Amino acid sequence: MADREQFQEDVEVSGHIIDSLILPKILDFITAAGGSFEICKISVGQTRRDPSHALLRVKAESAERLSEILKTIADHGALAVTDSDCRLVEADIERAFPEGFYSTTNQRTQVRYQGAWIDVENQEMDCGIAIDPQRRSASCIPMLEVVKGQPIVVGHAGVRVFPEQRATAHDSFEFMNSPVSTEKPKGVAIRQIANQLRRAREDGAKTLLVGGPAIVHSGSGEHLCRLIRAGFISRLFAGNALATHDIEQALFGTSLGVRLDCGDIVEAGHEHHLRAINRIRRCGGICQAVESGILQSGIMYECVKHGVDFVLAGSIRDDGPLPDVITDVIEAQQRMRERVRDISFCLMIATTLHSIAVGNLLPAWVKVVCVDINPSTVIKLNDRGSFQTVGLVTDVEPFLRSLVGELGLD
Amino acid sequence: MANPHILMCPPDYYGIEYEINPWMSRARQADHQQAVRQWSDLKELFQSLGAKTSLLTPVAGLPDLVFTANAALIFRRRAILSRFLHPQRQGEEPHNARWLEEHGFDVERLDEAMYFEGAGDALFCGDTLFAGYRKRSDVRAHQQVARRIDCRVIPLELVDPYYYHLDTCFCPLSDDTAIAHLPAFDEYGQRALAEHLPHLIPVDADEARSFACNAVVIGTTVVLNSGCPKLESSLRKSGYATRSTPLSEFVKAGGSAKCLTLRLDGEEAAGWKRHRG
Repeated sequence: MADREQFQEDVEVSGHIIDSLILPKILDFITAAGGSFEICKISVGQTRRDPSHALLRVKAESAERLSEILKTIADHGALAVTDSDCRLVEADIERAFPEGFYSTTNQRTQVRYQGAWIDVENQEMDCGIAIDPQRRSASCIPMLEVVKGQPIVVGHAGVRVFPEQRATAHDSFEFMNSPVSTEKPKGVAIRQIANQLRRAREDGAKTLLVGGPAIVHSGSGEHLCRLIRAGFISRLFAGNALATHDIEQALFGTSLGVRLDCGDIVEAGHEHHLRAINRIRRCGGICQAVESGILQSGIMYECVKHGVDFVLAGSIRDDGPLPDVITDVIEAQQRMRERVRDISFCLMIATTLHSIAVGNLLPAWVKVVCVDINPSTVIKLNDRGSFQTVGLVTDVEPFLRSLVGELGLD
Repeated sequence: MANPHILMCPPDYYGIEYEINPWMSRARQADHQQAVRQWSDLKELFQSLGAKTSLLTPVAGLPDLVFTANAALIFRRRAILSRFLHPQRQGEEPHNARWLEEHGFDVERLDEAMYFEGAGDALFCGDTLFAGYRKRSDVRAHQQVARRIDCRVIPLELVDPYYYHLDTCFCPLSDDTAIAHLPAFDEYGQRALAEHLPHLIPVDADEARSFACNAVVIGTTVVLNSGCPKLESSLRKSGYATRSTPLSEFVKAGGSAKCLTLRLDGEEAAGWKRHRG
């Protein structure tokens, strides 16, 4: 059945629309003219000088009625977002947007600039959109990268968003209809992840692995090494911990002092991770440790040997850290941002903070699988807008073991 | 404080040559000599009140150039130039721009395809710019002005064709006081005015027709067309002095005292005059 009010159009109205009663006037008019509306978004100016913005979805039961309503409300400043160029305001200060800036989503977005719709590059949520008048291009820009004088898109006019289609029945991710559950048949899921990895490798597409130290603690480092050696992983994002414990294991056979082969606690083993960090620091870095023969196995070793680019982002609780760890979070975020541009598939394993950080950077069309023993990690990712994430609630080791088996690497 | 500074344009070529508002009728021509006399008296009246007057050179074929209120909106040393709705007045734009540029104003133009008729439709009252729309100016133009000068703009819909510019039915006197003929606004505009201006001095239909609201404020003196005794009495009760002078020949074209002036140093009620920025 068709919706009774199937004709609809999004309009934007901005200015001092509350103080001047322009917004209530527009809403009253829509209703009086037999239409209806939905307020999709509203931001109210904080001070008397700040303008407010409202994005309305106007609905009517016929195209003629809708067009009449739109024509009248346009006289009061409500404009169909698709009818006008995006509105640009030059950034008046460094590292901040003009008030009323358009805040991006992770969905594919276009802006209308000089009469033509152009794709927004580097799609990322929670950014603004900057226009390059020379290139006639638009791209997402984080707040901290704003340069004074840069034209920034303000308001919703001339901006359109294309939400990702939900997975169809033929999609390889069909099993993941509910985003997170402890009660999914893991075998099917893992088989489909294996297919995804295989296809990505065949197509030359890039796969990113975001991992936490549990990969090492749980004794699944070797599974990951196999994936790297077989060329299934193109890039690794992690923190100081994963790399440290992996290197500790390579140098001392322990992870946080626990022998991974038999589970015994080694005497003075608690010092191993510090000694591992120290040894790498003495070499100058992970690559140098591999080149000099000091580091001869493990995840980081395989990354170096197989050209897997890695970004290690630091945190306030890090020991050491390893010299490769980027301790400035803004710089780390920027490095990660650059390195996710060409990613088409992302596996997030056993890390909450790094998963959310990467989830924030990825456009909605990059498929993400989040594997964690704790369902809240996946829920948090979804809550923060990474709706494309599908979750597997399982221990890391059996997951990676099955994945390696599924790919025939065992 | 510097003397009030008013831009005027001598009525050398003034006349009713076209009809773009209900006041105008080519059959009811203005008496040219009378118009010249009324205009000169008005100018002298301003000068007697301590105002400095500057003159825009009249241009043949542009009869409404005399209504300098519509040249631009003045904000500090910035002049946001008008874009006239009617082609008959669009020819005034380059003359207005040139004069303002030559006299040290930063002239700014709004986006094309937006209409904005300057101080005729945009009047500061305190820190808020009240703006008339739907007759001559476009609400989007007012929103653009708001963004440019970073100020609150309250657009008010004008609903009576006789009051086609905001300055024909509204005149701010101070931060919180204004003269208004409320039936010229739609219901929302009336409510918005009542909400933001605690002291509204009403003008009835008869005196509104005599262009009572089209007044010029110099200090605490209100200069207006003669024939508005009720408003003059209300103003005096509110502590304002009044000076009236006949402007009947300009009413024939839909203008009066305020339309014949552009306050170059900002209107008395403009909040920005009192604080630096």
